Amino acid sequence: MLSVLASVPTFALEGVDAREVTVEVDARRGLPAFTVVGLPDTAVREARERVRSALLNSGLEFPLQRLTVNLAPAWVRKAGASFDLAIAVGVLTASGQVPADALEGIAVSGELSLGGALRPVRGALPIALGCYAAGLRRLVVTPEIASEAALVDDLEVWAVPDLARLVDLLHGRWTPEPPPADVSRPAATQVESPDLADVRGQADARRALEIAAAGGHSMLMIGPPGAGKTMLARRLPGILPPPTIEEALDITRVQSVIGNGSGGLATERPFRAPHHTISAQGLVGGGARPRPGEVTLAHRGVLFLDELAEFARPALEALRQPLEHGSVDIVRGQIGLRFPARVLLAAAANPCPCGIGGERCECGVLTRERYRARLSGPLIDRIDLVCQLAPLPALALASDSAAGESSDAVRKRVVGARERQATRLVASAATCNAELTTGATRLLVPLTTRASRPLAAALDAGVLTGRGHDRVLRVARTIADLAGKQKVERDDVAEALGYRAVAPGRTAAA
Amino acid sequence: MSGACDSCLRRGYLIGLLSARIAGLVGGPGAPSELLALDDVSLAAAVGGKGEQEALAFLGRFEPRRARADLRHAGVAAVCQHHESYPTSLEDLNDQPAVLFCCGRVELLSAVEAEPAVTVVGTRDATPYAIEVAHDVGRGLAVAGITTISGMALGVDGAAHRGALGARGATIAVLAGGPDVAYPRRHADLHTQIAANGLVVSELPPGQRPYRWSFPARNRLMAALARMTVVIEAGEASGTLITADFAQDLGRTLGAVPGRVSTRAAAGSNRLLREGAAVVRDASDVLDELFGIGAGRSASVRLTEPELDPIERRLLDGVESRLDIDGISTFAGLPINETRAALAQLETRGLIRRDGLFGWERARPSR
Repeated sequence: MLSVLASVPTFALEGVDAREVTVEVDARRGLPAFTVVGLPDTAVREARERVRSALLNSGLEFPLQRLTVNLAPAWVRKAGASFDLAIAVGVLTASGQVPADALEGIAVSGELSLGGALRPVRGALPIALGCYAAGLRRLVVTPEIASEAALVDDLEVWAVPDLARLVDLLHGRWTPEPPPADVSRPAATQVESPDLADVRGQADARRALEIAAAGGHSMLMIGPPGAGKTMLARRLPGILPPPTIEEALDITRVQSVIGNGSGGLATERPFRAPHHTISAQGLVGGGARPRPGEVTLAHRGVLFLDELAEFARPALEALRQPLEHGSVDIVRGQIGLRFPARVLLAAAANPCPCGIGGERCECGVLTRERYRARLSGPLIDRIDLVCQLAPLPALALASDSAAGESSDAVRKRVVGARERQATRLVASAATCNAELTTGATRLLVPLTTRASRPLAAALDAGVLTGRGHDRVLRVARTIADLAGKQKVERDDVAEALGYRAVAPGRTAAA
Repeated sequence: MSGACDSCLRRGYLIGLLSARIAGLVGGPGAPSELLALDDVSLAAAVGGKGEQEALAFLGRFEPRRARADLRHAGVAAVCQHHESYPTSLEDLNDQPAVLFCCGRVELLSAVEAEPAVTVVGTRDATPYAIEVAHDVGRGLAVAGITTISGMALGVDGAAHRGALGARGATIAVLAGGPDVAYPRRHADLHTQIAANGLVVSELPPGQRPYRWSFPARNRLMAALARMTVVIEAGEASGTLITADFAQDLGRTLGAVPGRVSTRAAAGSNRLLREGAAVVRDASDVLDELFGIGAGRSASVRLTEPELDPIERRLLDGVESRLDIDGISTFAGLPINETRAALAQLETRGLIRRDGLFGWERARPSR
């Protein structure tokens, strides 16, 4: 035997996608050696030791030949232990221990233990998607992540526990159980998420929450500490429509990449509430080996920024692009990555440093101005709705009266409004009113003369800028959608005007 | 109109020259009255060391003609104590400035002579309530033809000036730096307005930055210039109380606006009231103090009340009581969405306005 060349497809994670990497193994006569080339990191180079032990401990033979492993394409930086299995299979093929033609159309992905058992890797769903996109129709992974990989239709997923079984499989001596398929569809109803019925009073905030959910509008809650800002924000995912299959796949894919997956399809929209000390990188992602940030982890769900005034300016600055485009672009070395980041932004802040607000506030105008200057930062012009929360005493009073409406009831209206939007937006790139471009807004939100009167008056009075104009229009459209109205009416416009964000800064006479 | 004799002008520039060294000599708060009361040579000796040599050299080589050319160039007028425009009220001070450097309508100095003027002062970090009262007092005084004097500081001072300017009244800003130096910088626009429609004065020559000692020194001028000093809002450690002390020492009338007893920002002004300062609720109270009750001067500003339906009336009352939106909605008996819409309409009509991001406040019709 002169030399045999084996080539095994596997995958490397890049952002939330998987890039196909071909593991080539060349075995030839010569002094026994085992080299790995193709931009491997330390963990990949250490694969040599794992592969050698795993083969020997599985009762297989480690060839005493000159083995060269190449990971192609060579310019992609490879990291982690997920190439172990592909290298092992390559060595087995090159040494004639498994038939070369048995590998036709099969991709493998897994880490090896020294005993030969397979260990799960992160990103099963993106790997399966990448596999399908690469035209491969069979994928070998560990049983733990097989059901997640099996979410991809028309892909045969083989759940293999260890190397010896894999050799049996490739020789046709064993067939794995197909992974359970019942987890592959989202449950019809939302799972345990806190209910809006728990919130007493706070009519203004509840209304804003509903509008935000219905149109995908970003919102800011202003209220004293303890009024229930976080409580309300946590209930936002529960009144959003349940994720569609595509959205659920998107959510699962992100969770899978960070190793946070449930093993099946995500059924709930994510809710992320990063602490205000978070760095820009933590918020939007990045790093030498780029990791998704909070805005990506909240993809298709809710990103909640409590104490908005306390966040570092650069962090909020970095959020602008994702909020605008629904994605984060990160460039590291020669690779450019795109993380998805379509979120509903909810923020909260105290009315002033003392947190009391209203008539009993103790803060002077300078103190308040300084605080507002911090709030007026880079995000405020991305906020569609600003609402107020009543302080505790009023809350206590309200608790004697009616209990709040339940999330189910609110969600019904939200889903109705979203359906009306979907019909209208079918020809545009937007999926909800908040995503409408300026041009589309003018086109799709026509106003009667009567309905446009509050807007015109506000522009004349100088309380509305041109930039705020479209924002008000989009919110007004959502308010009309909630009411099931075909046309946007005067009251819808006025209400939207009432919720709009005004950049703070101008204060009384100071 | 303006004019200053050579020695007074030289004195003014000497203070400017030595201002940094005076800062080194002054330890605590309060005005360096002993220093400022000294004659030129003694002042130089008090400064001592290198400063003394510099000062003596300056006194020998001062060129009045060039100084006057510089002043003309800077658009600053100088009025010395020997000039007819110099307010006699300043002569109550034992350290009266030899010269006042002025930007704006110098004739307002004579007006202070002819008619009593009122100094309106207060804390920089004022409550919105204090800002509102300061503004209203400034406006009310302007309507009654009374000059409002203040220090152009942030907060209360600025509001008083703006109130007077808004009603096209006379107002004088007394600065702690040169009259052409807009301090604080954030009031650069206000400085421009006062220099154009009112008067900016200082005992420091043009271009001088303010020092810590020059603020209390400025306060003594404000107190002396006016017949009455009104403290709108002041904390216990506020520099405003220095002005109040000067006013009392000079035998001027002192008034203060009542604040919430629990608000720290009003602790100083409330104490003044407790100690016998006149209670000031608005400009009419000030006029009563100056001219006696019902002396015929009126500070009332006729406000045209807009036409409102009963619901709008209640919404407006709710905003005025600073209720939160839920509270306003309950108070007016409107559902929340209609409340938001109705408030937006009131805002558009100019009756209420956004208080930053935080809800609405009643808009004052004067602006």
